[in-house]
Amino acid sequence: MTPDLYLVLAAILFTIGLVGFLIRRNALILFMSTELMLNAANLVLVSASWVHGVLDGQVAAFFVMVVAAAEVVIGLSIIVTIFRARRSTSVDNESLLKG
Amino acid sequence: MTVLETLVPVAATGLFSYAWLLIAIPLAGALILLAGGKATNAWGPYLATLAPFASFALGLAYFVQLLGQPASERAVRDGVYEWIAAGHWHFEVAILLDPLSVAFLLLVTGVGGLIHLYSLGYMAHDPNKRRFFGYLNLFIAAMLILVLADNYLVLFVGWEGVGLASYLLISFWQERPSAAAAGKKAFIVNRVGDLGLLLAIFTMLAMFGSSQFSVVNAGAAQLSPAWVTFIGFMLLVGACGKSAQVPLHTWLLDAMEGPTPVSALIHAATMVTAGVYLVVRSGAIYAEAPKAQLAVAIVGVVTLLAGAWIGCAKDDIKKVLAGSTMSQIGYMMLAAGIGPAGYAFAIFHLLTHGFFKANMFLGAGSVMHATNDDVNMRHYGGLAKAMRITFVTFGIGYLAIIGIPFFSGAYSKDGIIEAAYESQPALGILALLGAGITAFYMTRLILMTFLGEKRWQSGVHPHEAPALMWIPLVVLALGSFCLGMILNGWIGSWLEPIGAEAPEHATWLPDFSHWISWVVLVVVLIGVGIAYLLFGRKPVPATPPADVSPFTTIGRHDLYIDEAYVKGIAGGTYALGNGVAFVDDHGVDAAVEGLGAVTLATGSVVRRTQNGYVRSYGLTMLIGLVAAGVVLILTQLV
Repeated sequence: MTPDLYLVLAAILFTIGLVGFLIRRNALILFMSTELMLNAANLVLVSASWVHGVLDGQVAAFFVMVVAAAEVVIGLSIIVTIFRARRSTSVDNESLLKG
Repeated sequence: MTVLETLVPVAATGLFSYAWLLIAIPLAGALILLAGGKATNAWGPYLATLAPFASFALGLAYFVQLLGQPASERAVRDGVYEWIAAGHWHFEVAILLDPLSVAFLLLVTGVGGLIHLYSLGYMAHDPNKRRFFGYLNLFIAAMLILVLADNYLVLFVGWEGVGLASYLLISFWQERPSAAAAGKKAFIVNRVGDLGLLLAIFTMLAMFGSSQFSVVNAGAAQLSPAWVTFIGFMLLVGACGKSAQVPLHTWLLDAMEGPTPVSALIHAATMVTAGVYLVVRSGAIYAEAPKAQLAVAIVGVVTLLAGAWIGCAKDDIKKVLAGSTMSQIGYMMLAAGIGPAGYAFAIFHLLTHGFFKANMFLGAGSVMHATNDDVNMRHYGGLAKAMRITFVTFGIGYLAIIGIPFFSGAYSKDGIIEAAYESQPALGILALLGAGITAFYMTRLILMTFLGEKRWQSGVHPHEAPALMWIPLVVLALGSFCLGMILNGWIGSWLEPIGAEAPEHATWLPDFSHWISWVVLVVVLIGVGIAYLLFGRKPVPATPPADVSPFTTIGRHDLYIDEAYVKGIAGGTYALGNGVAFVDDHGVDAAVEGLGAVTLATGSVVRRTQNGYVRSYGLTMLIGLVAAGVVLILTQLV
């Protein structure tokens, strides 16, 4: 069995996530898109691991998940704080720090 | 010069090995007074007054001892310690006692001591009296280092020391801006001269490997004429600075801002004679450099006329005396520039001038003391009755300076004019003219100050000075009267060992064997007569008349030499400074500010990429990732 379909699926997921990240303004959606891209990467890692018959890729996928979880914790708390302060989660408005 | 080479200093023994005390005593006085602070306020000035007298007594002992020895052995060298020993350089601090330095030693400590005594009275009520006496002692010590050194390097230490003391004393009343400025001016103008002296010393060190007088004197004949002439000219520049000779004389007139005893001590009797000392001391150099020697004589003549000119036009009594000092030192330089035939007269005139000029300056101080520190002669008049002692002593100084026979100045000045005429008739005739002008302005001074009707300002009640002030005046007046008679037959032979030619058949009587002596007397009397006609027969206006001849106007402005310096040298410096400032503003600053502007412009272009939109950052990251991927793939392919 070839991993082609997994890779194609991963590519589709990554593209959806990427496009979503680039065109959406809602911070929550951006977050979801990021997660999508991370999971697409996980999928590639796991399938490659499966093809080669070693566990390295799966270990790497776990690392990615842990990092993603940690990131979500911080990211969501920032988003919630911003929402409380400004009643909006549109990232286009959050440009106070621009040079 | 053969005589000069035979005078080899012998090592000091016995009493002579204490010669360092001559310098150490006033130096210790200065240290105690200046470092001791207020604790020495009460007794410090008296201690300081004792110091020069102690040095004088010791100097007198040395003088007597030297006198007892044959002429060819009258030089003692007392090595004090090795100052610098580096490689083949060895500089020793050593004291040289020979006829020339002993003559100076006695003048400096003797007249200096009298002026200390006078200052006790003159500065009695000054709150900073202690500091004043500390500086005076410092000056005496520095001047003694100058004249007692046995090499040019140590001489230079004293040379700078008197410059420092002079600066401190001119600006002693530092709260007056004019005094502070005058002190700075003296210091800076003297620096110009010092540069000349330094160059001369450097050249000596390069050529002879030593700056010791004996080495330099012995080596001068073997040196190439160009170098000897160079040294001669550089020494002349140094002498011009210290001795207030044209064109470096401008500081002397301003130096009158200092307390009057300072003017008497430094700017008449001692410090300003250092240049003459330097030229006479460097006789061997000038013997090999006739051009430099002629330049010395010319500078002397120009200065004696310039000083006399200024003296004629001033109303400030101290400035008249300052002009006259310039003029008299011009005579000494002229004599020194004549060569061995003039050396004896240069030193002779220096000694007599030291007495009569200190006498007159202190007399002027006494007059100022009596008139609430007024220096304008137009406010004097008729002081002779109010201040008899001052008038008589000043009068003796006056007769001495204009050269009335039997008074001291007559012997020395006649000698200079005669020697100048013998060597260069033109120089002699100009010096003769100077003698007439001297008689004119000094008579004017006497008439305006002591004679005529009273023009006193309201509230001025002239009175004789206290005894502490008139005793030095009397001593100096006695010297002004009889020093010429005492020294005339003797000074030439005394100075012979250091290279001077003794005048023939000189006795205590005025010598009228040469026709020029008669001419000098006639010219002097004409000068006195003209002054009497102009100032003695009609009242002196209380304000300076405005419609005066151009000569007077030029004289009142010190011959416009200050203006020339401001416009010429200072103007050039200002222009240079403005040019540099322009380059700084439009070159350096423009470059630095341009760099900033370029950075700013670049920033304002680049900042557009930082627009604050998350998606554009994401896009940038994507482009970067794709680019990195493409590069990776391409490199894999290759």
